[in-house]
Amino acid sequence: MRNPIGKKIVDIKPSGIRKFFDIVQETEGAISLGVGEPDFDTPWHIRDEGIYSLEKGRTFYTSNAGLKELRQEVSNYIKRSQGVTYDPLKEIFITVGGSEAIDLAFRAMIDEGDEVLIPQPSYVSYEPCAILADAKPVIIELKEENEFRLTAEEILEKVTDKTKILVLPFPNNPTGAIMEKEDLEKIAKVVIEKDLYVISDEIYGELSYNGKHVSIVSLPGMKERTILINGFSKAYAMTGWRLGYACGPEEIMKQMIKIHQFAIMCAPTTSQYAAVEALKNGDEDVKIMREEYNHRRRYLLNEFKKIGLPCFEPYGAFYVFPSIKKFGMSSDEFCTRLLKEEKLAVVPGTAFGDCGEGYIRISYAYSLENLKAAMERLERFISRL
Amino acid sequence: MGTREEILNIIEKNSRIDVHELSVLLGAEELLVANELKALEDEGVICGYHTMVDWSKTSIEKVNALIEVKVTPTRGLGFDSIAERIYKYPEVTSVYLMSGGFDLMVILEGKSLQEVAGFVNNKLATLDTVLSTATHFILKKYKDHGTILTKQYEDTREKITP
Repeated sequence: MRNPIGKKIVDIKPSGIRKFFDIVQETEGAISLGVGEPDFDTPWHIRDEGIYSLEKGRTFYTSNAGLKELRQEVSNYIKRSQGVTYDPLKEIFITVGGSEAIDLAFRAMIDEGDEVLIPQPSYVSYEPCAILADAKPVIIELKEENEFRLTAEEILEKVTDKTKILVLPFPNNPTGAIMEKEDLEKIAKVVIEKDLYVISDEIYGELSYNGKHVSIVSLPGMKERTILINGFSKAYAMTGWRLGYACGPEEIMKQMIKIHQFAIMCAPTTSQYAAVEALKNGDEDVKIMREEYNHRRRYLLNEFKKIGLPCFEPYGAFYVFPSIKKFGMSSDEFCTRLLKEEKLAVVPGTAFGDCGEGYIRISYAYSLENLKAAMERLERFISRL
Repeated sequence: MGTREEILNIIEKNSRIDVHELSVLLGAEELLVANELKALEDEGVICGYHTMVDWSKTSIEKVNALIEVKVTPTRGLGFDSIAERIYKYPEVTSVYLMSGGFDLMVILEGKSLQEVAGFVNNKLATLDTVLSTATHFILKKYKDHGTILTKQYEDTREKITP
């Protein structure tokens, strides 16, 4: 029999998180701070709208691009949060989570051999999706001394005449880093100068703790060269609903929708109706959750200080990314031992790129009581090292 | 320093939190937080630090009732003087002035049905200004003060996700 598997996919490493997941599953009584999704339930009025849409029998496909009403609400939301206007009929479409939008953006824009700049540590899917789209991923290693922000110099070091796309993953998973307006202005200048396009993954945008999140699309000249990706998973605690969206220039959206139409058809209808409610009446829910995350963030940073775990102050998402370099172990070793000896699961920084070595990702999508129990274990572990 | 609203949001859910921990969560100086708390207490914004007890999970009998009361307001004092006469009874846990079909909502806690009935018949209904009462006994509490009493939180998420 011949080999059923294509070469391109075999060469892609499985997600580093998967391996760890298996060990955690086998560890009885483990506390985990390894989750990348909110601990809150989807607010009830949003769930209720989903249930209502089922009761009314809205169980059919929507248009490929998604419900008009939802696209209009997305447009309103971006207008009120970033002051940027997107045409809901031509420049916005609804996807199966932000992750589908990432995949589609690469596939719609890449020709074989085009280079994509991917800052790391970052979410696990950019590099494999770029490879699957026949791009050449070029990694930019973000540095702790810059608070894991991306600088113009770092782009200039890696940019070539083949570079077409810059991935901008802020607020960042796993570091919690954000980009402020001044940081983005410097990036925008280089992007325009080098004629690049930006895929801006702003799924954690609503979870910013040092003033409001600023999107690069709000800077002059950037809307026309940016694919803005966002979704409902993090802000509204709707991960399982699988719903996101992409906004950008009409010519690119057209091609992305073409792939979406053949591969997916449309995003889940029930989720789309629920999402309309989220955008219309969910601002207060987001505010309450953000406030709660912020308390936990401050709690963890204070605990780290007490137990002697160095960590820069992150202002976004729901992760902290402390350095474990002083213990003279690899991230993998640290996490494996922490799990074995104290039954506490956190994710090695290397799951998000090689330059995550020397760091661990701790999620604070857990109640304060949970975090307190976990910090006791972490403190005990560190005091023995 | 967080807003007053932020402080109140936290201690409304957790009155046992100490000033130190509160200052960590708010990212503020301990002294500032202590002063703000003191001010909130002095102004009567914070009126107590209570514990929520689900008595139905103990062997101790408690009966709760809501009583709709229609009254004649007193000249010059409106509903306040009659409300005061009612809230002074220790078995009355809450008294609210209501809009709509009746005037005062009285919430009562007693040891037994008879005790509550006795209070309504002998004390409440006999007040001069009380025109009528309608007593509703609480059969089961599902949620109280924002806390769901019938279910424990369970984390059903996958243990590790990217």
